Amino acid sequence: MLHPITVTHYLVLSAALLLIGTLGVLLRRNAVVIMMSIELILNAVNINLIAFSEHLKTLNGQIFAIFVITVAVAEAAVGLGILIALFRNKETVLIDEIDILKW
Amino acid sequence: MEGLLFLTFATIAVLCALNLVLQTHPISSALSLIGVLGSIAVLYLLLGGEFIAAVQLIVYAGAIMVLFVFVIMLLNTGAEKQPTRKIVVTWISLPLLFTFIALAAMLIAQQVPKTEVVTFGGFSGGTTLSVGRSLFTQYLLPFEVTSILILIAILGAVVLARKEI
Amino acid sequence: MSVYYSSTDHFVLLPVILLALFGCATLLFDFWLFPDARQRRFLVWFLLIGEAFAGVALWRQQSFLNQHGGSINAFNGSLVVDGFSLYFHWIFLATTTLVGLISYRYFEVREEHHGEYYGLIMLAQCGMFFLASGNELVTLFIGLETMAVTFYVLVGFLRADKRSNEAALKYLLLGGFSSGFLAYGFSILYGISGSTKLNEIASAVAARDPFDPLLFLAIATILVGLFFKVSAAPFHMWTPDAYEGAPTVVTAYLAVGSKAASLALLVRLLTGALSTAHAAWEPLLIGVALLSMTVGNFAAVTQTNTKRLLAYSSINHAGYILLGLVARNTIGLQGVMIYILVYAFMNLGAFLVLTSLASKGIAGEDINDLNGLMQKSPAHALWMLVFLLSLAGIPPTAGFLGKYLIFLGLLQSGHYILAIFAALYVAVAIYYYFRLVRAMFTQKQENAVAPTTSLGMKLALGVTGVLTLVIGVYPEPWLRFAQWSITR
Repeated sequence: MLHPITVTHYLVLSAALLLIGTLGVLLRRNAVVIMMSIELILNAVNINLIAFSEHLKTLNGQIFAIFVITVAVAEAAVGLGILIALFRNKETVLIDEIDILKW
Repeated sequence: MEGLLFLTFATIAVLCALNLVLQTHPISSALSLIGVLGSIAVLYLLLGGEFIAAVQLIVYAGAIMVLFVFVIMLLNTGAEKQPTRKIVVTWISLPLLFTFIALAAMLIAQQVPKTEVVTFGGFSGGTTLSVGRSLFTQYLLPFEVTSILILIAILGAVVLARKEI
Repeated sequence: MSVYYSSTDHFVLLPVILLALFGCATLLFDFWLFPDARQRRFLVWFLLIGEAFAGVALWRQQSFLNQHGGSINAFNGSLVVDGFSLYFHWIFLATTTLVGLISYRYFEVREEHHGEYYGLIMLAQCGMFFLASGNELVTLFIGLETMAVTFYVLVGFLRADKRSNEAALKYLLLGGFSSGFLAYGFSILYGISGSTKLNEIASAVAARDPFDPLLFLAIATILVGLFFKVSAAPFHMWTPDAYEGAPTVVTAYLAVGSKAASLALLVRLLTGALSTAHAAWEPLLIGVALLSMTVGNFAAVTQTNTKRLLAYSSINHAGYILLGLVARNTIGLQGVMIYILVYAFMNLGAFLVLTSLASKGIAGEDINDLNGLMQKSPAHALWMLVFLLSLAGIPPTAGFLGKYLIFLGLLQSGHYILAIFAALYVAVAIYYYFRLVRAMFTQKQENAVAPTTSLGMKLALGVTGVLTLVIGVYPEPWLRFAQWSITR
């Protein structure tokens, strides 16, 4: 018999995704993959919100999650626009080759 | 049943997320991200978020991922010889990551009461009707502000990516 | 008008509606009326008229508050207009107007003059409005992102310039990362309180132990997200790069507008919803403030690029402002408010002078580009001297007033060591600002090009310069305004 699933399980999953996303941002060189890792972090936020929403039996968390998705879309659109502009000038998306500025 | 579904899809989500970070080719990362997003959508269904599960699939796995894959194809970035900045760092950071996750799990398990079991259908507030009602009454203001945000995103993408103005 | 959009809601939202309308009008008329790049400077009038209308709407709110006192709640508590938010609205209004005035000449010189720019800065101001006025997590988050996404675009606005592209990418990656953390903190705050309203969160937080792990996690992630936005060390890595790569006028807007708006959110959270958990955030704040002052001061000493130097100086200022929050008394808070106001004008002024150094083919960003400014244009050099003295915090300029109040607040609350540290760092700051002064007044330069100027720039230079002096020499009305703003 499986242990019953509680909100705790969802929160742990969310924390795991947050940490993996953070790892991706810190480790990867490819700007596109870093942006995907940021999407992972935002998904961790959404799991949190929807799990709390279930736990508290209120809808607010789910609504917040919809807004978080919207924000993710806006960021991705602008980010990919910036990448295209950069690639046109510099032919690379690896952030350690993007080095005119010092970091 | 819920337990089995949760464990299956949570495992898929975590494995796909790890794969995303560790793959060398951006397309593989993008496919792993689709795996994460899809399995999370199933979890949303378990948590009673019908509408948001659909949104997750349509907007995230549909629209955003198409955008990502499109850009990867357009920029034609192949596999990297070395996905991360230093191989050593990867091998140090992975065990650290698991330690942190275990710590977080312990911490959260202590904090949140474990009495309430999540059962499928235990919360039925996430229907399209109730989400819509809440979005257009209580959250009318952020909903309208979102229109400004999206206008800026469109404007920004056009300004930055077009060739000649 | 209905239950969900009452006349009060309309009254509160009117400035933003006007700004958004004029922003959209700018986009439309840019396309219709001004196909020629040389005519685009007329778009500044749209900005000015829009800001004037928004100013009238704000003035009506202010006089309402003066008559009735208290605060106005709108949208079922999502928005609140009180002295605090109005104070910031006026700063945003002044900043956006001044940035608009100095922008057109700069973009004409750089040959990237696009009408979208004016629409974007007005829409960014809409985002700032919600950061200062929002009283509910979703509104705050959307407001923050509206502002942040606009700035990602603006930083990359010089599309042909590699440095601008790079700066935009770095800012976007780190900015998106920090927003993710902030949202994670918000989600936990929602989890422990069951509501997205700050008032209800405040009571839920008060009921918990400050070191309760969940609450602490929420506070830590929210602070990490906000420290990124206000560019406090050790979350400052994007600052020098974004400041250097961005068009100089955007750097000015980023340094003043974005920072002030993020600080508005930080101050509202720390003095409002999270004030009862101060035992948890105070040590974090002290550490970050000290580190910001250290990094800001010592890294600025070796810079040769003036924009990078001002970037590190802005990290340093973030440290001082955070110290004012550590004091947790009225004087300290008043110091924070005055500091933000003064910082807006003196920093805008300094960036304005840098903007005027850009001419065809010369970025005007090296410290040597300031050489001999005194001969070329005494007015620019003397005003720059005023701004630099103020940035260093030397009386009788306005910068002294902010620092003085923050020291006083620290001493009153018994943080003597912090006050001594803060005072000692002023000496380091004087050293690197003095390098700029020396370049302007003692170095010579042959075949020097006179600074670029325009009516808008002269006007903005006069306004920022006079205000920097007036606030320092005659501080009473400004102190009263700051006092009024924090009593709510």
